[in-house]
Amino acid sequence: MSAASGYYIPHEAKWPIVGSVGLFLFFMGFGRLLNGQALGTTTLLIGLAIIVVMMFGWFSLVVKESESGIYNSQVDVSFRMSMMWFIFSEVMFFGAFFGALFYARQFSGPWLSGDGGGGAAMTNAVLWNGFDYTWPNNGPDKIGAGFASNQSFSAMGWFGLPLINTLLLLTSGVTCTIAHHAIKDGNHKKMVRWLAATVALGTVFVFCQAFEYYEAYAHLNLKMTTGIYGSTFFMLTGFHGFHVTMGAVMLFFVMLRGMKKHFTAENHFAFEAAAWYWHFVDVVWLGLFIFVYLI
Amino acid sequence: MSGYGAHADHDEHDHHGPAPGLKRWLYTTNHKDIGTLYLWFSLSMFFIGGAMALIIRAELFSPGIQIVDPMFFNSMTTMHAIVMIFGLVMPAFVGLANWMIPMMIGAPDMALPRLNNWSFWIMPFAFTILLSTLFMDSGGPAGGWTLYPPLTLQMGDSFAFVIFAIHFMGISSVMGSINIVATIFNMRAPGMTLMKMPLFVWTWLITAFLLIATIPVFAGAVTMLLTDRYFGTSFFSAAGGGDPVMFQHIFWFFGHPEVYILILPAFGIISSIIPTFARKPLFGYDSMVYATASIAFLSFIVWAHHMFTTGMPLAAELFFMFSTMMISVPTGVKVFNWVATMWKGSMTFETPMLFAIGFVIMFTIGGLSGLMLAITPADIQYHDTYFVVAHFHYVLVPGAVYSLLAATYYWIPKWTGNMYDEKLGKIHFWTSTVFVNVLFFPMHFVGLAGMPRRIPDYSLQFADWNAIASIGAFGFGFSQLIFLWVVIKCIRGGKKATDEVWEGSVGLEWTVPSPAPYHTFEEAPPVAVINKNHF
Repeated sequence: MSAASGYYIPHEAKWPIVGSVGLFLFFMGFGRLLNGQALGTTTLLIGLAIIVVMMFGWFSLVVKESESGIYNSQVDVSFRMSMMWFIFSEVMFFGAFFGALFYARQFSGPWLSGDGGGGAAMTNAVLWNGFDYTWPNNGPDKIGAGFASNQSFSAMGWFGLPLINTLLLLTSGVTCTIAHHAIKDGNHKKMVRWLAATVALGTVFVFCQAFEYYEAYAHLNLKMTTGIYGSTFFMLTGFHGFHVTMGAVMLFFVMLRGMKKHFTAENHFAFEAAAWYWHFVDVVWLGLFIFVYLI
Repeated sequence: MSGYGAHADHDEHDHHGPAPGLKRWLYTTNHKDIGTLYLWFSLSMFFIGGAMALIIRAELFSPGIQIVDPMFFNSMTTMHAIVMIFGLVMPAFVGLANWMIPMMIGAPDMALPRLNNWSFWIMPFAFTILLSTLFMDSGGPAGGWTLYPPLTLQMGDSFAFVIFAIHFMGISSVMGSINIVATIFNMRAPGMTLMKMPLFVWTWLITAFLLIATIPVFAGAVTMLLTDRYFGTSFFSAAGGGDPVMFQHIFWFFGHPEVYILILPAFGIISSIIPTFARKPLFGYDSMVYATASIAFLSFIVWAHHMFTTGMPLAAELFFMFSTMMISVPTGVKVFNWVATMWKGSMTFETPMLFAIGFVIMFTIGGLSGLMLAITPADIQYHDTYFVVAHFHYVLVPGAVYSLLAATYYWIPKWTGNMYDEKLGKIHFWTSTVFVNVLFFPMHFVGLAGMPRRIPDYSLQFADWNAIASIGAFGFGFSQLIFLWVVIKCIRGGKKATDEVWEGSVGLEWTVPSPAPYHTFEEAPPVAVINKNHF
């Protein structure tokens, strides 16, 4: 047991297999729910509960080990790399949905209205005669009730709630950075205060988003079923909202750990991981604000 | 000294050896245990997916519908692909990565051992979901593994479960890849610089990057399918302003890097084996690394060559044709380097080398038919025919699968401490190689003559070649039982293997005892050892 052999390898843990069982039940339940089969919701909820228990258990274990000081700098670097690559994978996930938005706006829309050469004009004349493409659009069949025609419809504007949301998230990025500087100075109290502000801003953002959805459904008749516009709008903002929620939960737990003085000026990776994640959802939102709302 | 060093943790039991009983496998954080689990899992999927292939070939033995109904036939072609890609080739490469990468770079284990355990233990659950769809009233997925809408949206209840199984496997792939990248970047022994790493490590690093970049895109694509089906979105419906072809773009943006995910680690394996049995250093190590990176880069800008017949604008057809042809340059570099490594070498032909040479020759056949398919005007003739089936089976079976077999023969003495039965190994190689060509070569002919893929019945003029292909299929399938026998026999005993195992072997894995101890490199190997043991 020489101190010279500096490798750290964690002991066995039961949490991974618990997580697999949880995800298995979650997916089976979700599938059954979607198909309207028996016990769907129950299975889904049991699976979700197991996943939550697993996350508590696993993270508690890691926090306990970290607090006992058995992690070395190599473990720290592994954690950092993993978080960065995880965020990269998330970027690619959003990339798929942004790609769908760009493709629909730049290619499928114009092609359906006969632009773009090749057989597009013929397709338009035979299948979708008279369809004229503008964005926002719900397709030649005007999919989605009440979304009567492109001209009379006004989609979710950028002014108002979306702009407020942008300001909320940008501000939360600033408060998060202030909290980071606070912990770099070893000031737990200040860190907790500014993290609380960040979590609060994130929470308000999610509520604003929920209210925006309510507005869309109740007054704009803009639904997930409203053609390609509704599809891209709700899937992009919905997945983003989900990620904001996750990020806020992470920051909340980092805040709780801050209250317990878990961090030091040098060693606060959990904070940084959550902060990176938070800035990532921030940047995604800026993309959304520009491409979904603004233009 | 224990790998835990001064940081002994709270558990009482002895960390030098595995935990007893089933717990060892359920809770393990040991890269060798997890590698073994992956390898057994993929071997079982090899036989399950192979059985599906034999059902397909039995039905296609003669024209007409004899054995299975068309719906089940389609579900077999779909499931065969998903099982072989996501259940055999990918987990088998991950298993090899787990076993070999820490030993090759002088690391005590993977960077994130618990995450590693989770990556594996997702797989059996995900495949339980996937395979359970075969027993549902609606039958399994039958719209092809590419899941093109609108056909795939018309699937029965199994649809949701297939999508979730893909999500589930995707979680495993991304976590496994993140782990591999962190291991390679962070766990190398001092002195193991990037350009001293064995090519298997290099190719896996690049593969892991491809996985992290593309699996989430696939997850996004199948999520859109899910919402189109159950939540009324219009991503892939022209009536709502979307486009079914858009799915193909998103899917193949994942799908093309995916086919390199299935072959790059194979390149790494072959680049390890050929120098050993040619008793010469690998020719052009640096160019191998750069070629691998170039292939990975190109893989992101060639995806629409799978879609030449979808009516893309001419500029896109041309772009994707030329970018695709460009791939043959770095691939040609690799094949050249393998041949140049063998040139004037003192070659011996043990089973791993036979499979490696078989790989080089037959993978090249698949590569050349790929070049034919890249030519847009020609592809319009070949598209969705058996020529395409012949092409990708040549790169995947005597390509990827041969590399897996070669890797097993090459490293199994290190894993078990025993030499495998060389005579049986050679029999396995020759039966496999004869039958795999009987199986797939005639598909070129029926394909060029116009036989469409994914159809349970066919025109009479294709009957002879199909009968021959089916004979090859059963021959190849049963040949793999020899492999199972060799593996089991080798685990149970045999001639003791030396540490080096092979006369010309180079690499850190050959400096540790055979079988490799449960924990290797609890202390980093000395720099001198690293400098002596790299290409």
